[in-house]
Amino acid sequence: MARLTVNTVDHDVASSPDTPLLWVLRDELGLTGTKYACGKALCGACTVFVDGSPVRACVTPLAAVGRRPVTTIEGADSRVAEAVRRAWIELEVAQCGYCQSGQVMSAIALLEGNPNPDAAAVDRAMDGNLCRCATYARIRRAVRRAAELLA
Amino acid sequence: MNVFLVDRRDFLRLGLAAGTGLVLGVRLAGAADDAAPAAVTPDVFVRIGEDDTVTVIVKHIEFGQGTFTGLPTVVAEELDCDWSRVRAVGAPADPARYANLNWGGAQGTGGSSSMNNAYTQMRRAGATARAMLVAAAARAWQVRPGEITVHRGVLRHAASGREARFGEFAAAARAEAVPKNVALKDPADFVYIGHDLPRLDIPAKSDGSAVYTQDFRLPGMLTALVAHPRRFGAGVARVDDAAARAVDGVVEVLTLPSGVAVVARDFWTARKGREALAVEWDETKACRRSSDDILDQYRTLAAQPGLVARADGDAAGALAAAATTLDADYEFPYLAHAAMEPMNAVARFENGALEMWYGVQGQSLDLGNLSRALDIAPERITLNMLYAGGSFGRRSHFASDYAVEAARIAQALPGRAVKLVWTREDDLRAGAYRPLNLHRVRGGLDTAGNVLAWHHRIVGQSIRAGLPKPPPADQVDHTCVEGASNFTYAIPHVRVESHQPTLDIPVLWWRSVGHTHTAFAVETFLDELAHAAGRDPLALRRELLTDDPRRRAVLDLAAEKAGWGEALPAGRGRGLAVHHSFKTWVAEVAEVTVADDGSFQVDRVVVAVDCGVAINPSIVRAQMQGGVGYALSALLGEAVTLVDGVAQQDNFDTYPLLRCSQMPEVEVHIVPSREHPSGVGEPAVPPLAPAVGNAIFAATGKRLRRLPFTTAA
Ligand code: FES
Ligand code: FES
Repeated sequence: MARLTVNTVDHDVASSPDTPLLWVLRDELGLTGTKYACGKALCGACTVFVDGSPVRACVTPLAAVGRRPVTTIEGADSRVAEAVRRAWIELEVAQCGYCQSGQVMSAIALLEGNPNPDAAAVDRAMDGNLCRCATYARIRRAVRRAAELLA
Repeated sequence: MNVFLVDRRDFLRLGLAAGTGLVLGVRLAGAADDAAPAAVTPDVFVRIGEDDTVTVIVKHIEFGQGTFTGLPTVVAEELDCDWSRVRAVGAPADPARYANLNWGGAQGTGGSSSMNNAYTQMRRAGATARAMLVAAAARAWQVRPGEITVHRGVLRHAASGREARFGEFAAAARAEAVPKNVALKDPADFVYIGHDLPRLDIPAKSDGSAVYTQDFRLPGMLTALVAHPRRFGAGVARVDDAAARAVDGVVEVLTLPSGVAVVARDFWTARKGREALAVEWDETKACRRSSDDILDQYRTLAAQPGLVARADGDAAGALAAAATTLDADYEFPYLAHAAMEPMNAVARFENGALEMWYGVQGQSLDLGNLSRALDIAPERITLNMLYAGGSFGRRSHFASDYAVEAARIAQALPGRAVKLVWTREDDLRAGAYRPLNLHRVRGGLDTAGNVLAWHHRIVGQSIRAGLPKPPPADQVDHTCVEGASNFTYAIPHVRVESHQPTLDIPVLWWRSVGHTHTAFAVETFLDELAHAAGRDPLALRRELLTDDPRRRAVLDLAAEKAGWGEALPAGRGRGLAVHHSFKTWVAEVAEVTVADDGSFQVDRVVVAVDCGVAINPSIVRAQMQGGVGYALSALLGEAVTLVDGVAQQDNFDTYPLLRCSQMPEVEVHIVPSREHPSGVGEPAVPPLAPAVGNAIFAATGKRLRRLPFTTAA
């Protein structure tokens, strides 16, 4: 049993230490907002925060997380997170929606560090998050809109 | 009391056989008593709750294209309900009620047909429900129905000052006779159609709460992964599963026709078990082809006459007499759908019945395949539709590959719910690719530079050959030639031929199907002819579109908005293309910047679309943006390459998808229209690649004829 803190709640988890955090979250804790799409840190669908920094949960073994707190889309409730979510709804970013948890988490991470990113900074920050529906035009606008909401 | 216009038998006779779309399956369920005869449960298209909730049962899957908002919008418009009370739920698999009216009796989503087939049906459903609510109120208030007005879910009788919410009459309305004819609104009175109503699925898709197959859970559910062969046509020769079974948490190992399944308590355990398997594959019938060889074969075929798809005038004769002739080959690789959610399905087999939960797209196909695979009657199969994280055609598979795989595993473990998960590698290697294609085109101009003749041979596998009932092999599969066999440029001599070689490589429809390659060949070659004739590509197209006003209108609109003809700095170029697919016209003007080293970027794409009535313009714009991005992704780097039968790409490092920084600015202009609505999911895809290729030519003078465009140098 390992101890894992997710969205400020402590859990005793039975998954083996080599299990990627993604599958601990999804299969053991039932937090399915974080998505599987590549399993190799190639798409960003599984983005969560560990100790406040974005990581790809699909390649982060449980053992590597240790006692550092994990935040998933379900628990992202900072002021920035609220603004991002609002912007995402207002601009109707999602199509199939499958990548969007990861997109939202990456946008939150960007705006936590840089409240007023220019276009190049937005592209840089969001480039690791693939969207097969190509919602990128609205992603860009939504990030800027969230920045406006935060200003 | 029967609130259906017709019962199931009549429904089949009248609604489907006549193809009239006469489907007034409106049931106004209020209270708990739902003891209607089996043939009329569950409710068909609309349910109104006593709490005023309007539930629209949507017969088409939502995988991003907006059906769960679009179809309810149409119902809500005629029902005059309050949009904030509308909810959408997916229809069960039941072709007798939920057929795609464009597809005879089959249920399924595809060909950008959801709104096109269901528009009138949904209007009637809404109008019928409204009429029954009005009738119930009129009876209760003892007034004439014509004196009652309806606005945003409230019934009103002005003279007596009475009013009521829909919910108050939901139960009473069920007792009213279903009107045979209902008046539909004058489009001038639309308050929802044509407006940007908020998408119903957006909030849940913005906070991680939307439930996809990947997220769906049942008590005691197990997870299955399947070890698949690397080559198509291979089977399992021998399995040593001792090590896999020794993995703590592995419950079962099963040999299936498609591979070896490892069933375990969760994904990671199943994956460990799969890695511990030692499988010897029987490759006696395996595909050993390579993309390069296939292309060579196709070049040989292109030199020979094929099946005739179109023969206007005498193309060969006209070419022989032409002042100038031009030749071009265009090459297209196999492509994978690569939906963000890899294929998956949840299944449970119990007491001889199968129930499944997944992103079911082709209900009729899947019912047939599942019934055959499990040897049970279709009536014993329940398919529940969940959101799908994309499909682009992949979830409408001829053999229902992943659904059958999940069902077989469930059948072997009766009573246990099983979730089959394909990894990204499984997903990309499983085939069902957009076919590799070769086009060979020859055109002829007269001395004045007029286009006289067009001779076009297309070589590529038939997609429809994979259907459970394939068309005869000596007939042209329209999905091989659509977009070329029916272009409307006024060229006197046109011949289009098709070679449809049979290969052991599974192919499938991929967002915009045949148009993915035909539009590129037609719109690029036309550009080549324009330049050869010293003509402006826009002017030449306009001149040749003598009899296709809607195509010409989108072309003009896109050109005008893009500033066609205005000068661009060196290294930049502008190109255009226009195409008709799925009953919709789209023109695109692309602007590119090409660097000295041949690297290029697409800066801007102006889209003009005529899709008839744009039910929800925001969704139309989103589909145009997404279609542009999807096509650009393929253009920039997608290809599945087979070498000795093995796909060389199995994840996003080798099969790169478009990224945020590569997305151009996309401007969408919608042609105002009162025509019947047509598709928007696919039609933005076809014109993009030729528009970009033509723009690169304008910038560099270099013509790119092979997809993907890795460099413009
Ligand atoms: S699933 Fe983790 S990056 Fe793709
Ligand atoms: S919204 Fe479909 S993958 Fe991004």
